[in-house]
This record gives sequence, structure tokens and C-alpha cells, in this order.
Amino acid sequence: MLNISDLHVHYGGIHAVQGVSLHIPRGQIVTLIGANGAGKSSIIRSISGLVKGAKGSIEFTPSNGSPIQLLGKRPEDMVRLGISMSPEGRRILPHLTVRENLLLGAYSRTDNAAIEEDIERVYTLFPRLRERHWQPGGTLSGGEQQMLAVGRALMCRPELIMLDEPSLGLAPLLVKEIFDIILRINRDGMTVLLVEQNALAALSIAHYAYVLEVGHVVMEAPGHELLTDPKVKAAYLGG
Amino acid sequence: MSLDMFIQQFFNAITLGSLYGLIAIGYTMVYGILRLINFAHGDILMLGAYFVFFGTTTFCLPWGLAVVVAILAASATGILIDRIAYRPLREAPRISALISAIAVSFFIESLSVVLFTGLPRPVYQPEWLTTAFQIGSIRLLPLTLLVPAISFVLVMLLLWMVYHTKPGLAMRAISKDIETTRLLGVRVDRIIALTFGIGSALAAASGIMWALRYPQINPYMGIFPGFKAFIAAVLGGIGSIQGAMLGGLILGMLEIMAVAFLPSLSGFRDAFAFIVLLLVLFYKPTGIFGEHTEEKI
Ligand SMILES: Nc1ncnc2c1ncn2[C@@H]1O[C@H](COP(=O)(O)OP(=O)(O)O)[C@@H](O)[C@H]1O
Ligand SMILES: [Mg+2]
Repeated sequence: MLNISDLHVHYGGIHAVQGVSLHIPRGQIVTLIGANGAGKSSIIRSISGLVKGAKGSIEFTPSNGSPIQLLGKRPEDMVRLGISMSPEGRRILPHLTVRENLLLGAYSRTDNAAIEEDIERVYTLFPRLRERHWQPGGTLSGGEQQMLAVGRALMCRPELIMLDEPSLGLAPLLVKEIFDIILRINRDGMTVLLVEQNALAALSIAHYAYVLEVGHVVMEAPGHELLTDPKVKAAYLGG
Repeated sequence: MSLDMFIQQFFNAITLGSLYGLIAIGYTMVYGILRLINFAHGDILMLGAYFVFFGTTTFCLPWGLAVVVAILAASATGILIDRIAYRPLREAPRISALISAIAVSFFIESLSVVLFTGLPRPVYQPEWLTTAFQIGSIRLLPLTLLVPAISFVLVMLLLWMVYHTKPGLAMRAISKDIETTRLLGVRVDRIIALTFGIGSALAAASGIMWALRYPQINPYMGIFPGFKAFIAAVLGGIGSIQGAMLGGLILGMLEIMAVAFLPSLSGFRDAFAFIVLLLVLFYKPTGIFGEHTEEKI
């Protein structure tokens, strides 16, 4: 579904992503783990069209069409192609209500009745958001904001959803709650690209995983294999 | 001052104030979204007045039609200015766009002097707007009732648009986080164009009404109302539409009443606004409705 080959990202003199290739098959959860500064966000942001100078190839094949080269496309086109993202740090619009944040996620759509159904679906996935319906996004707790960010990313009915560090700053119980939902969304047919520093949580649910170190993929394997790999254990799972 | 005089001055004040307010809305909306002071905004007001002038003279349009055409043309001019002078600088440091704005303002004024000549032109005033009528011992122009009423309606429409429509939702989102808004599928450049279009239409409406009240137009007529409206926007809390209107009304009230009560100050009339600006910047830089300015992400 998504094929990245030989991706390079430069910021001035920094070579943040140095020839990364990833393959994300339809229907799977693929995770990209690595330490802070490894270049994970740079990759996800390149896919979204947010990185101006990204080089290489990012090819997306929608279910009903031929491959599309994403590099050079604008961020606002992505949701229309079927790709959405929950950015690092959640980026909830603090002054807009929970409902307005969700509506904004459906901005590219015009089928108002179906949008209401999807809002209802998000509230069923995250009942706490329903209670906070009319509250400004900025008044939510970190966990609720993350739920809103995921829910908002679902509102455009994407084929591929990309999550940049959904566990960031959350208590373990909340992380579990959110990862359970990610698993559930995936079982319903969604393809997921999950970027994480929390390797244990990510590897536990991922079909396939890539380990990123200073701009390079240093290891790749099915999630459960990396979970028991001694090198990964030592470096990312606390021994 | 007699009560009659006071009432008359009161209407003058809310007329002037709502004209400031309408212009201020354009500053505040553009600033809210782009953190840019659109220096060319005052010149749009002047263009609006000139468009009506040429519409009624050169093109022999009926006044009402000329007004509509002028507002649309001014709105298009505002969008064009954004497209040519600001959009290419979106990623550049903010100061670049600011300098570009100043340049555009000078350019429009100079071009207007060349095209329209610097001579002040008299404007056609529909009689029904400028024939005074009497209520008891108060003499009022229909204009002084109509201007605040029209302004009120326009502000209500705008607030409805901002708070109850999709483009309005996008505007509010962009003002906080343009990148995330873009990521959610909003074609940000279109929303920004819409913002310039609306702001410019309101400025033109204000300029046209301004020309009815002070019926002589010249290429520099936008400068002072522009400055004062900007001050009104700061006073009301930049970024806030309600604030811009309120700021305009306060400023209008201050100018008219100060001169009415202390006629000896009339020479300093234009200075009041700047004193207000200094006071606001000194004591409450966020203005009346202003939030604490978070730097844009
Ligand atoms: N906008 C930017 N400008 C300059 N350097 C950046 C920018 N974004 C990221 N970097 C640098 O690129 C490297 C990779 O960052 P990032 O992709 O955010 O890593 P991760 O998401 O894995 O923490 C880091 O060294 C970071 O400092
Ligand atoms: Mg990151």
C-alpha cells in the first residue's frame, strides 16, 4: 500500500533521514521505533508532505487506483488520497470544541449525514470524548487529547492512518487503552503506521517493525520477533 | 452641552466608530490568521470609494449598483494583494511580509495618484441618505442611523460565518495552528484568500460610507482611517472580531466627545487615537478581548 524507497531528509546541514526504505502492506500495523532524534517524525512528516526538501520515492497505492507518488504533494491533499495523521504532540486545536476538532478532521468530506455517523463511531470508540463533546480541546487531559487526535484522524475515512508517538507522556494504563483501540481499528481493516519510542507497546501490537537509528534502518522483522531479539531488548526494552 | 447636542454627537460618534470598526475587522482577521499587519488595508477603503466614484461617473451606473460592484472589486483587489505580495512570503520571516505590506500600500497610493490624479473629487450622495430629519429638536442625517445599523448587520453576518460555517471553522483553526489545519485537509490558501476578500469588502463598505459622510475623496484618504482602525483593533484585542468593532466604537466615541466637550482640543483630534495606542500597549497589550498571545506554533 505504501512503499518508501531511499528517502533522504536534510535540514540545512543535518542529514536527518539517510536513505530509508519502508514497506507497509495493506491491513497491517507497521511500526517504526527508535530513540529521540532518530528521524521517525521526519519520515512520517515526509509522507504527509510537510517536509519541503525530502528526496527519494514515496509511493501510495489506494485501494481503487494505481500508485501515486506522494513526494511533491501538498499536506492538504493527503486526506483526499486516503492518508491521515495524528501528529506528534497531538496538536489538538485548543480553542475549538471536541466536536469541532472532529468536524475539522472531516473537512474534506461533504456527506454531512455520514460525518455525523462517524462522529458517533468515534464517541463509541472513545466514550470519554462524548462526555467532553462541548469542551474546548485545550481543557482535555493528555490522554483524552490523544484519543481526540486519533479520532480526528479517523474522521476523513482514511485507508492509512499514521500515528506519531501516541503514547507520548501518557501513563501506562492509558497507553494500553489507546493501543487496544489501535488494534481494534486495525482489525476493522485499517492500515496503521505507528511511530513510537515506546518499543514494548509498539512491538506488542505490530505485524512488522523497523528500528531506526540516526537516520538509518538498522533492523527489521515481524513485531513479535523483535520483541525477543537480544539486541532490541538491550537497547529499547530496558534489558 | 445640551442633551440634544449630546444625542446628536452620540450618533456621530457611533457612526464614526462603526466605520473604524468595519475597517478594524479586516486588520484583526488577517492578523489573527497570518500575524501580519496588512498596511495596504487602509488603501482598500480608498479604492472602494473611488470605484463608486468611477462607477457612477465614468460608467454611469446607478449608485446602488456601483456600490455593489465597488465592494466586489475591492474584495478582489484584496485577494490579489495577498496572492502577489504575501503568499510568496508565507514561509519567509514575518518581517519580510510586513515590508512587502508597506510597499504595497505605497504602490497603491502612488498608482492611484497617477490614475485618479491627486485632486480631491466630490462624491455623489443619494439625497435620501443626506437629507436631515428632525425628531423633536434633534436633527439627524439618515446616514448616521444607517451606518451603525448596516455595520451591526455586517458584523452579525460575519460572526455567524466564523462560528457556524465550515470556512469559519477553518479560519478559527488556522489562527491557532496552520500546519495542523492543513494536515486535516483544509486548503489553507483559499481560506486566507477568503479572509482577505471579506476584510477588503468590509473596508470598502466602510470607505463608501466614509465618502458619504465626508464627501471628498483623494488617494490618501485611507491612511488616517487605516491607522485609527488598526489602533481600534489593538484596543479591542487583535484577532477578535467583536473586539475590533468595540475598539472602533470606543475610539469614535472618544474622538467625537472629546472635541464636543473640549472644542479647544479639536486640533489634536487625530492625536487621541495614538495616545490610546500608547496606553493600550503600555497597560494591556492584549487589548479588551485579547487572549494571552501564544506565539504561533
Ligand atoms: N525542522 C527541523 N529543522 C532542523 N532540524 C530538524 C527539524 N526537525 C527535526 N530536525 C532534526 O532532525 C533529526 C531527526 O528528528 P526527528 O525526525 O524529529 O526525530 P524523532 O521523531 O525520531 O525524534 C533530529 O536531529 C532533529 O533535531
Ligand atoms: Mg518525533
